[in-house]
Amino acid sequence: MVLNWKVGGLLLGGVFFLAVLLVKPIGVSTQFVILDGILWDAVNPAIVVVDETAKSGYASPNAYLNKSGGKYAKNVAEPMNYSFIFVLAMVGGAALSAFLRGGVSAEEREMPEVWRENFGSSTTKRYVWAFIAGFLVLFGARLAGGCTSGHMMSGMMQTALSGYIFTAGAFLAAFPIALFVFKKGN
Amino acid sequence: MAIFLALVIGGLFGFTLDRIGATNPGYIIRMLNLSNLHLLKTIMLAIGTSSVLMFAGILAGLVDPGHLSVKDAYSGVFVGGLLLGAGFAIAGYCPGTSVTAAATGRKDALFFVLGGLFGAAAYMLAYSGVKATGLLDKIAGGKATLGMVTDTDYPFLIGGLSGEVIGIGLGIAFIAIAALAPAKLFGKG
Repeated sequence: MVLNWKVGGLLLGGVFFLAVLLVKPIGVSTQFVILDGILWDAVNPAIVVVDETAKSGYASPNAYLNKSGGKYAKNVAEPMNYSFIFVLAMVGGAALSAFLRGGVSAEEREMPEVWRENFGSSTTKRYVWAFIAGFLVLFGARLAGGCTSGHMMSGMMQTALSGYIFTAGAFLAAFPIALFVFKKGN
Repeated sequence: MAIFLALVIGGLFGFTLDRIGATNPGYIIRMLNLSNLHLLKTIMLAIGTSSVLMFAGILAGLVDPGHLSVKDAYSGVFVGGLLLGAGFAIAGYCPGTSVTAAATGRKDALFFVLGGLFGAAAYMLAYSGVKATGLLDKIAGGKATLGMVTDTDYPFLIGGLSGEVIGIGLGIAFIAIAALAPAKLFGKG
């Protein structure tokens, strides 16, 4: 049973406020880069190296991990930091909530009902498209420098110009595509 | 202390995302094809509420303006938004809702997260090339806010009006949009 928009909106807004009151605004998509970096560094230790001259104390031959004085490189080298733990805690919080409400049905775990109505029950089809969509979303989020949490919610909360630009782009693509792709069941 | 706060706030955030239905991609898709605006109303109210609380908190001296973190504006923000919006509509997941949905046992979310890890890696490799196109060149001085926020040095667009007042005003506008938006635009919902 989902919370109605009034209770849910106040609760969600409260969490975003609590984050900025106590620490900093909420963001998620950067941690995909950090996890990639951790995996990459495990395979090739030269990807993140200690560098006394860098602002963060770490450097990387990869220009993205190396930007802003090696800020991301440092988070790869020392992942037990606020932002990374935050995402792990999100996973725990959602798992607990789902457990307390009796979990998600076997059918729903494969795909949402609205997908089934439009494209049938092939899990292969759904999983392939979910993978492609994930690729697009994270590539886009890193190009934009933030995602739905960091740009849309935290950004507009702070009246950031970047937040409005991002939200305009996201909805300009999302509404027409969803209307075109999911014609049945609405 | 930082780790403790990460566990508490992150845990609360994940729990809340599940309780409002955001971990169910069906709700996101139905928001985007306008057949069920429940999540849109929820998100608008959340942005409005947090904005009013934060800017009122700054005025009251409760919120440290140093905690704010405004992101750079550049043309790639719009392009990235378009790409994200496309994937958001197809899958019904975004970065935060995908990891939490995977936590609730949704298998399609796991494939989304996997695709996301590849997408983020592709951007890491493409970064230098993207930078060379000028897509990352700052607009309006970069980390711009609409009005001037006390005790921050963010560039701002509107002079002569307090950034906090603008923030509270827009926050109220978001709350109004949430209240006035219909439950659905068409369909059986």
